Amino acid sequence: MTINTLAKGGSVFIILIVAMQDPDMGMKMRNQRLLITVIPMVKGVEFLLWFLTEALHVGDMLVRYGYIYPLKEPRSYTRWPASELDYAIYLAKKNIRKQGERWNMKGYSLLHKRINHTWDFVVMQAREQLRASKQRRKADRIVLECQEQAYWLINRPPVRSLSSLLCVHLCFRPFCLQIETSKRALGRNRVKSSICLESFTKYSEQYQNHDPIMQGCLPSNPWISDDTAHWTMNSEMVPVPTRLRVERWSFSFMELLNDVMGRKEFMTYLEKEFSAENLCFWQACEDIRHGESSKIIEKVEEVYKNFLAPGAARWVNIDSKTMDKTLEGIKHPHRFVMDDAQMHIYFLMKKDSYPRYLKSELYKNMLAKAIVPQETKKSVFPFMRRQRHASPSPAQAASQTPPEGGRAKGAGQAGTNSAAGSNA
Amino acid sequence: MRPKYMRSPLIPEMATQEVQLNETLAHLKTESETLKSKLEEERAKLHDVELHQVAEKVEGLGQFVMKTRRTLKGHGNKVLCMDWCKDKRRIVSSSQDGKVIVWDAFTTNKEHAVTMPCTWVMACAYAPSGCAVACGGLDNKCSVYPLSLDKNENLAAKKKSVAMHTNYLSACSFTNSDMQILTSSGDGTCALWDVESGQLLQSFHGHAADVLCLDLAPSETGNTFVSGGCDKKANVWDMRSGQCIQSFETHESDINSVRYYPSGDAFASGSDDATCRLYDLRADREVAIYSKESIIFGVSSVDFSLSGRLLFGGYNDYTINVWDVLKGTRVSILFGHENRVSTLRVSPDGTAFCTGSWDHTLRVRAICSLI
Repeated sequence: MTINTLAKGGSVFIILIVAMQDPDMGMKMRNQRLLITVIPMVKGVEFLLWFLTEALHVGDMLVRYGYIYPLKEPRSYTRWPASELDYAIYLAKKNIRKQGERWNMKGYSLLHKRINHTWDFVVMQAREQLRASKQRRKADRIVLECQEQAYWLINRPPVRSLSSLLCVHLCFRPFCLQIETSKRALGRNRVKSSICLESFTKYSEQYQNHDPIMQGCLPSNPWISDDTAHWTMNSEMVPVPTRLRVERWSFSFMELLNDVMGRKEFMTYLEKEFSAENLCFWQACEDIRHGESSKIIEKVEEVYKNFLAPGAARWVNIDSKTMDKTLEGIKHPHRFVMDDAQMHIYFLMKKDSYPRYLKSELYKNMLAKAIVPQETKKSVFPFMRRQRHASPSPAQAASQTPPEGGRAKGAGQAGTNSAAGSNA
Repeated sequence: MRPKYMRSPLIPEMATQEVQLNETLAHLKTESETLKSKLEEERAKLHDVELHQVAEKVEGLGQFVMKTRRTLKGHGNKVLCMDWCKDKRRIVSSSQDGKVIVWDAFTTNKEHAVTMPCTWVMACAYAPSGCAVACGGLDNKCSVYPLSLDKNENLAAKKKSVAMHTNYLSACSFTNSDMQILTSSGDGTCALWDVESGQLLQSFHGHAADVLCLDLAPSETGNTFVSGGCDKKANVWDMRSGQCIQSFETHESDINSVRYYPSGDAFASGSDDATCRLYDLRADREVAIYSKESIIFGVSSVDFSLSGRLLFGGYNDYTINVWDVLKGTRVSILFGHENRVSTLRVSPDGTAFCTGSWDHTLRVRAICSLI
């Protein structure tokens, strides 16, 4: 071979030929005897192999430097350097399709530990991409899968760099979180034990009469006597409530609001005082907080129109600072946008309207009318069992009337088993 | 002759990097420990009296006679979890063989039955409206089944997959409505999901090991919940921001169950270390331990009676211990199950409580007389 140096202006072929003869990277040269002459030669097969390897390498360079790229560019085909998040998504997809290469399971679990906090995002992305790919034509899908696989074979993060960064996350993170929590906890206001513990004794004392396990219940515990009268008398809407129930409304504002009947009574009282819009506003805010995500925007609009807009039909009285903050937040409505305003109104009702309600004629009358059920005398033959009647299932009640916004309404229907369960 | 692109890159600075990393790690460790002991000091400063001292003036409780009033048989394997419906008589329970059954406990009739595609259904919950149940376990998911009384309808067909974790689901609970579910998982996180869209609304990171239980706070603002895990910690979380507000680490083993005191100012926890403990949220510390030397088996589940005076604990030695919350003494011990008690809940109106056990049955108990 006479060409072994790069002359000036050498063509591509000359470059190749010179490279072929490189002692490290080139082909394996041998000496062949031809009669008395020794000629350096190379085996045909080796010649082919060398070319193929270098061709692959060139091809890879072309892809890596972006001369060749897929036409429809899915997000995960980012250019070098690829993010580990994308690699995690790729492995998650393979895992889901159960084609996970055994040898990289370790890398997968290392990655998992490391970016644990975004793992749900990774899995969701993987599922999304798989779902999207199913909609492609089969030919396209296969081509894209091959490309992806080839891409990651080249670009997968090498295990060594995984381990050094792994140290940072795996080891540091729990300590960082712990330090953050401790710092926050140190800043808390604490209450003296004597005050806190006193409240437990007070609470237990206040509720003792209402606790069926401690004090029994009137007329009788349904589980003992098989008589559901106790439940019938205490169902959501009854013409006359029991005395214990009405008493409980005076324990705390929350007790009053949690009882459907109590809330209705309170609304009647507020209407007399011309401040019913407060309770309506509070209820509307609760609906936003606990309702379907898809309806949040329209519900916030409704609330703004009815309660917050200047000149609204049922305008609620909120201090200007909270009002400004809420109006600002309404521009980008989310589940908790009404929280501050709702709290303000809640405490307004609690401090003002609620105590007055408890002193009002309406409440006092209710308390006076309330019934105290007679205790059922224990039957002479304790072994005779009453027939236990079924009650309408809350599920059935809901299927007849479509549920509104997921509010807990069904429980009420189940309690009104007037015909079914109460007679002996 | 290796192709060029398969040679891995050299990282010469690895050695010095590692030394730096180790130093930072040690520094973080010491900072964490110092802060923790400082926190304990602060907490101890305001602790001026013990609960049983305050409770001395409270009347003692008499003897209880609690009888099993209903036995629900129908599960083919260990009962793992149960929940009451708001109508005070219906129950949903789940078991190891993948079956989830909805009972009318009062009549002991089975109303619905669903077979999950996985075994070990460790979590189940009744929706507040009574129209659906949620359950999950080894499938790493929480699924919601709307309940239909149409005999021809296959409940499994309407199933909605809501939550998706990377390890088993240990507990789930609906929040104030049917629209959101709170879950805890063996992957160390809790998460809040939107039922309708299956979207993750908030995730809660902070436990260093599997989270085994959770409970929602009955507070006015309704924004917090507590979780307990295998890292012996009980954490209180803010549902809006995802931050851990308070953390308590006094148990000596996995916390299997947490339950709020009815007023929302405290919560109780039951653990494998055979104790139940009461933590006060305003005092920010543990205020009572319910234990006895003779009790050596772990507690699987706890719940309060309606007034909060009694704490019921289901234990792995097949018994139920009833504790006087204020005085710290054991009031009663109940027998009946033939294998460990795995789940225990007091009914919504406090008239009875139900226990589920590995002996395949559920028992509903009520007080017969108070002497």
